[in-house]
Amino acid sequence: MERTIIKSENFNAYFGNNHVVKNVNIEIERNKVIAVMGPSGCGKTTYLRCINRLHELIEGARCDGKMLLNGQDVYSMHPIFTRLKIGMVFQRPNPFPNLSIYDNVIAGYVLNGIKMSKSDKNDIVEKSLTSAALWKEVKDSLHKKGTFLSGGQQQRLCIARAIAMEPEVLLLDEPTSALDPISTSSIEELLKELKNNFTLIIVTHNMQQAARVSDKTAFFYMGELVEYDDTKKMFTNPDDIRTQNYITGRFS
Amino acid sequence: MTQFETEIEELREEVKKMWKLVRSQLTKTLDALVNFDKDLAREILVKEKRVNGYELKIDLDCENIFAIYQPVAIDLRFLLAVLKINSNIERIGDIAEGIAKYIIDTDTVFSEELSKETRVLEMFHESIVMFDDTFTSFDNEDTAIARAVFKKDEFLDKINRSANENVESYIKKNPEDINQALYALSIIRKLERIGDQSKNIAEEIIFYLEAKVLKHSKKN
Repeated sequence: MERTIIKSENFNAYFGNNHVVKNVNIEIERNKVIAVMGPSGCGKTTYLRCINRLHELIEGARCDGKMLLNGQDVYSMHPIFTRLKIGMVFQRPNPFPNLSIYDNVIAGYVLNGIKMSKSDKNDIVEKSLTSAALWKEVKDSLHKKGTFLSGGQQQRLCIARAIAMEPEVLLLDEPTSALDPISTSSIEELLKELKNNFTLIIVTHNMQQAARVSDKTAFFYMGELVEYDDTKKMFTNPDDIRTQNYITGRFS
Repeated sequence: MTQFETEIEELREEVKKMWKLVRSQLTKTLDALVNFDKDLAREILVKEKRVNGYELKIDLDCENIFAIYQPVAIDLRFLLAVLKINSNIERIGDIAEGIAKYIIDTDTVFSEELSKETRVLEMFHESIVMFDDTFTSFDNEDTAIARAVFKKDEFLDKINRSANENVESYIKKNPEDINQALYALSIIRKLERIGDQSKNIAEEIIFYLEAKVLKHSKKN
């Protein structure tokens, strides 16, 4: 199996005439946690949303260049297939409010019209919730609505829902920014576990979080990928002065 | 300037003040030794408490900045370097105190011949120059000056290596001066340690500014 799972080649993204991601070239290794950081408006979330083709859903948005998943251009795949392979977790926990915890986990299968036996569903729910470190807490209340859970539990439910589809890559857009420190800590611990089975790409404004959870860090500035390196190197001795100014809080 | 930058700058100024105080301790120790000035030596012992106070204050300031700001990159290296520089400067202060105590305890001044044969005063001057160079390197953020310190340390090492032989030769010629000669040997050993401490400080300055670890490297 190739070590590289996601590769961008001369990748650009636009909102109308606004060039927001500029000629990004990056190779992301399998089973790693990658942190993407940069100031607001630097293009990091747009880049993340380009990886699983959410960007193109916005009116006037477009992109060019190559975005490869296991060597195949995701823009030549069916977008639904892309999103099955590349799951996403958003900033605010967003479980389906009218569905139970159980139904939230298997929602991806139901919405895609995939029929399964009851025992298969049970297996997927247990496995996904266990992987999301939530099973022990909810196994006796699987038929309660997901919105009854705490914020941190809801976010772990969203992670369970995303990994239930067995994606290869999980994109996380500031997944803990709406959570308290204890919930944040449990999600961070979870990320370390999840990387055994998935490649995780996390956009975060919290630099200490990037330093704690990621193996590699990408720094974006004004749409450009300024630096991409091992996280330890980035946080002790970055090569680019713009990276250093950003992480040390001296950005003007 | 952000609060963090202000605190880093205040810490930098605090370290420089400690550096200047220890520099003053060293020059006073040299004066006290040359002039056999016991009052000046006593003043050195009193001021050593201020050196210790600086060390504790700088340690605490670093600890607080680590806890509150979780610094990274050059700021992290600066704080790590300051912690070690602080400790090395304090030890140089201890050395000045040790020599001052000898001046207070002894009854006779070094003879000119003893100073000349052991090169103890020459070594003392050079160790102060080395210590000054580390300060200039830190203050100007100039690693070329820090690197020059390594070369100067070789000079001190050379005098230190020949010290046994020089002292032995002096004792043979002046057996009545054996105590003075042994004190001179002890001071030479202390001055050699100032060279080592200055070298350590220079290594930390290079680590902070260039992110290079020279410790335990044969190159320097």
